[in-house]
Amino acid sequence: MSSTARLLVADDNKVNRLLLSRNLELLGHAVATAENGRIALDMLGRERFDLLLLDMEMPEMDGFAVLAAMKQDPALREVPVIVTSSLEGIAHVVRCIELGAEDYLNKPVNPVLLRARIGASLEKKRLRDRQRELLRQFATPEVALDLERSGFALGGRRVRASVMFVDIRDFTPLAEAQGAEETIDLLNNYYALMFDAIASHGGIVTLMLGDGLMAVFGAPLELPGHETAAVDAALEMTDLVELFNAQREAEGKAPIRIGIGIASGEMIAGYAGTKARATYTCIGDTVNLAARIEQHTKVAQRTLLIDAVTRAALGERADVESLGPTSFKGVSTPLEVFAVGG
Amino acid sequence: MNPIDPIDRATFAELRDTTGSDFVRELVDAFLAEAPAMLDELRDALAKDDADRFRRAAHSLKSNSHTFGAMSLGALARELELGGLPVAQAQGTQALVPVAAEYARAAAALTMLRDE
Repeated sequence: MSSTARLLVADDNKVNRLLLSRNLELLGHAVATAENGRIALDMLGRERFDLLLLDMEMPEMDGFAVLAAMKQDPALREVPVIVTSSLEGIAHVVRCIELGAEDYLNKPVNPVLLRARIGASLEKKRLRDRQRELLRQFATPEVALDLERSGFALGGRRVRASVMFVDIRDFTPLAEAQGAEETIDLLNNYYALMFDAIASHGGIVTLMLGDGLMAVFGAPLELPGHETAAVDAALEMTDLVELFNAQREAEGKAPIRIGIGIASGEMIAGYAGTKARATYTCIGDTVNLAARIEQHTKVAQRTLLIDAVTRAALGERADVESLGPTSFKGVSTPLEVFAVGG
Repeated sequence: MNPIDPIDRATFAELRDTTGSDFVRELVDAFLAEAPAMLDELRDALAKDDADRFRRAAHSLKSNSHTFGAMSLGALARELELGGLPVAQAQGTQALVPVAAEYARAAAALTMLRDE
């Protein structure tokens, strides 16, 4: 152990508290103490600790109750717990581990063993924290949560959801007309706005490709009313692009125009790729249709187009207009599409 | 059980080596201050038929005894913890006499060792 950690010792017995604290301080850690489980939980709720050393036999609230409460609390679930107890019998150890304890040390605690177990526990926590941080950077919070909860497995499941494709019109000439840095800057600002609108309506971005992106509403977490959520997100996106353009205009820059296509229905959602590199995605006819509809916005000269399934879920709305049956590449029969907004 | 010396010297020496003499003095003082309350707790729990408190007090006494190398005291406390209230009740008024006597021996030895 090289670096200092903040540790909490929960034990009702003064001699045990003093001795454990002393041993931990000798290892270079900062130590706080609690006299029972209730106090320990309060302290864990108020302050950040890297590790809890927990006695089992305590008045008011015992160690088992503390473990159970921590398991229920998403904020405390991540704090590693090493049980220090002189309770006898393997059944107690098993119960502690089942309740989420990372390790079990018999009292009186051997200082050498203590050092090794604490070092291992803190190292594991550091790794987990770093993984989680990376995961949150590269995946949406929903996907990160899904991965944390159910683990990673290639393969998918059938879901009902809405898929959105968004694209900046004539982006290539725009990009060629300006510098590389300005293009990246434009994309970053644009993405920030789009991500915000999508996330605030419960969607997640599953794909970014140049100036295009794909978003899903209703996976990996179920989202009741995903059709309306997707359309509302799209309308907010068009509003945000208008604001963005006003700002660009003030800076003497050309406005951007976007096209959005939405389709709803059944699709397969899951992690695709290899074990080494995979991405959360959705596939199926609904996804293909959404992509085709987005491409059709150029032909139809409309910003936002949706399919009939999405339309049906919206109910009565004044801002929806049927464009009639439309033929799409790869789809045998013409399908009715609807324009939303101006 | 009940050897001449109530404290296992090797255990006590190791405690002193790993945590320091000053700290061990403080730790012994804490034990001598707390242990009588644990014995009182045992008596009170026995009188009031409170199995949980009885077991917890015996458990604490056992745990602390082992820390200082008070092996006989630890063994007696362990018997009380594992036997629980029913065994102690079956022994009647004499149930806590051995543990109290052994504590007196251990406390005397620890008081001397603390200043060595």
